[in-house]
Amino acid sequence: MAELKLKSQRFREQREADWRRLEQLMDKVEKGSARALTDDELLAVPVLYRAALSSLSVARATSLDQGLVAYLETLTARAYFFVYGARSTLGSRFVQFLVQDWPAAVRALWKETLASLAVTVMGTVAAVLLIIQDTDWFYSFLDPDLAQGRDPSASTEALRKGLYDAPEGGGLSFFATYLFTHNAQVALMSFALGFAFGVPTAVLIAMNGAMLGAFLALYFSHGLGWQLVGWLSIHGVTEMFAIILAGAAGFRIGWAAAFPGDLDRLAAATAAGRTAATVMGGVVIMLLAAGLLEGFGRQLITSDVARYAVAGATALFWGLYYYGPRPRGVLDVG
Amino acid sequence: MSAEPVDTRAQRTLITPEGVDLRLKIAEAGQRAGAFLLDIAIILGLLIAMSLLALVGAGLIAGLTGGDAQEGKVPLGVEIAAVIWLLGAFLLRNAYFIAFELSPRAATPGKRVMGIRVAARNGGRLRAESVFARNATRELEFFLPLAVLGAQGSGGENVDGWMWLLAVIWCSVFVLFPLFNRDRLRAGDLIGGTWVVRTPRQTLAPDMAQDGVERTARFPFTLAQLDAYGVKELHVLEDVLRVRERRTMRAVADRICGKIGWTRTDDDDFDFLSAYYAAIRGRLESRLLMGKRRKDKFDAP
Repeated sequence: MAELKLKSQRFREQREADWRRLEQLMDKVEKGSARALTDDELLAVPVLYRAALSSLSVARATSLDQGLVAYLETLTARAYFFVYGARSTLGSRFVQFLVQDWPAAVRALWKETLASLAVTVMGTVAAVLLIIQDTDWFYSFLDPDLAQGRDPSASTEALRKGLYDAPEGGGLSFFATYLFTHNAQVALMSFALGFAFGVPTAVLIAMNGAMLGAFLALYFSHGLGWQLVGWLSIHGVTEMFAIILAGAAGFRIGWAAAFPGDLDRLAAATAAGRTAATVMGGVVIMLLAAGLLEGFGRQLITSDVARYAVAGATALFWGLYYYGPRPRGVLDVG
Repeated sequence: MSAEPVDTRAQRTLITPEGVDLRLKIAEAGQRAGAFLLDIAIILGLLIAMSLLALVGAGLIAGLTGGDAQEGKVPLGVEIAAVIWLLGAFLLRNAYFIAFELSPRAATPGKRVMGIRVAARNGGRLRAESVFARNATRELEFFLPLAVLGAQGSGGENVDGWMWLLAVIWCSVFVLFPLFNRDRLRAGDLIGGTWVVRTPRQTLAPDMAQDGVERTARFPFTLAQLDAYGVKELHVLEDVLRVRERRTMRAVADRICGKIGWTRTDDDDFDFLSAYYAAIRGRLESRLLMGKRRKDKFDAP
């Protein structure tokens, strides 16, 4: 009876066991991780994948069995994503991110960082000037949630207490966590808004600067300016830097989408997105660090000198980490 | 599967390093939306479960510490529960998509159900920053429009009607972005250099010629009768045999008998159709080996 079979049927019967083996291995991989496979299985996958790929070519050319071709197409696609997919473990990827990718991406964005800094400073100055003229402006810059009673109606004594005493109602770490999630969301938003050619990003960054300006104007008018700067800058150096970087990431994407240069618009946006996203990964880490500094440092360190010292140390740390000289060519994994 | 025009429109070339085109298919907008709604439902479910746990936990700790309900003092336990809740919600909103798409399957549970996954547009490996970029942009594509819609609901007097309408239009540009390009790219896909493709898990369907070849002796078709149809009709016949629905098979069998002038002596449609399928496939495949692919019945035999 064997002669009665079609050529394509015999082709399928001879190879079916290999395909099924590959399918089974792929099921295993997709359920767990690559570590689910033994060494032998791991070595078998590329061989089986290439065999299935060649079967697919043959089947497309000689077999009219639709079910077979469709099966081989999905099977080889699944195996392709595994064979040519990411290999490095999450840990080693994270180390490379810390050592190389993150600071390199931040350095690549230096122009945008300067622009973002300029927008922040403009926002701050504008807010200060407006509030000096009319204190009512304060309320249009600050969310009552964030102000927590620290507004023009508060007495100098109350404001001073806020700077040096632990808050009465407790809830300090809750507030710090709230600020971290809030700031991270603002940072992510300013990155995402970069897609709209960067204009909304500029508005968001300017608003952030204006909030700082509003606080500065309020405390300076009570003669508590330098104390406020010390209180804010323990975590504020890290936090403001992070938000400025988030703005820079948004600007990079907006600029690439608006003025792609030599590349086509899609490729330019993708290239910009890759750098900007790396920066954003770092921004979230910076905001987490700022949240920790805020939660622990702010009420524990009550001396102005110590506060300024912490602020200076964080500024030095970030400055060196991003822009400091580093050994070349040691870690060119890239 | 017989809807070929649709398939070729969704089909994209991806040449592997071995030089074979994988003919990947782009996920449809409906599949993408379905996957996203599923994921959102999962996130909401987890969020609600977490809130209940946090409430119960806070209550328990407050009860254990004797409920030191001083004026304006928040008990420590309640605060810890609140912090955990806040961080958990933040992680769910931001890390859920990223973590799942970085896994070997490159798909969130919603995407898995819909049989789709994320892939790099250039065919290379999917990079962590691409996944990060495509999901950070969700802020703009989902959460911002949601906030805009909510703004009208809560603080109606603060937001001017016309401004609100403009904001909604502006937001919908980003929400509806995938509908206006061929590859169904979200703004995030565009920035991340990714796209979403279909990789359904398909089992190897039985070969429909298996039943037929055993019956070829009972149905001696002539060459002229086998030349009545081409590949397209063969594939339709394959689908009919796979579904094996009685009335359809009867109609198709009658149609074929009429066309090739065959008088039926048996009354089992499946036997007849599978025999004809096997015979015509053998004929078309042998022509295929000689380099002639007969597209459909209008193509010269």
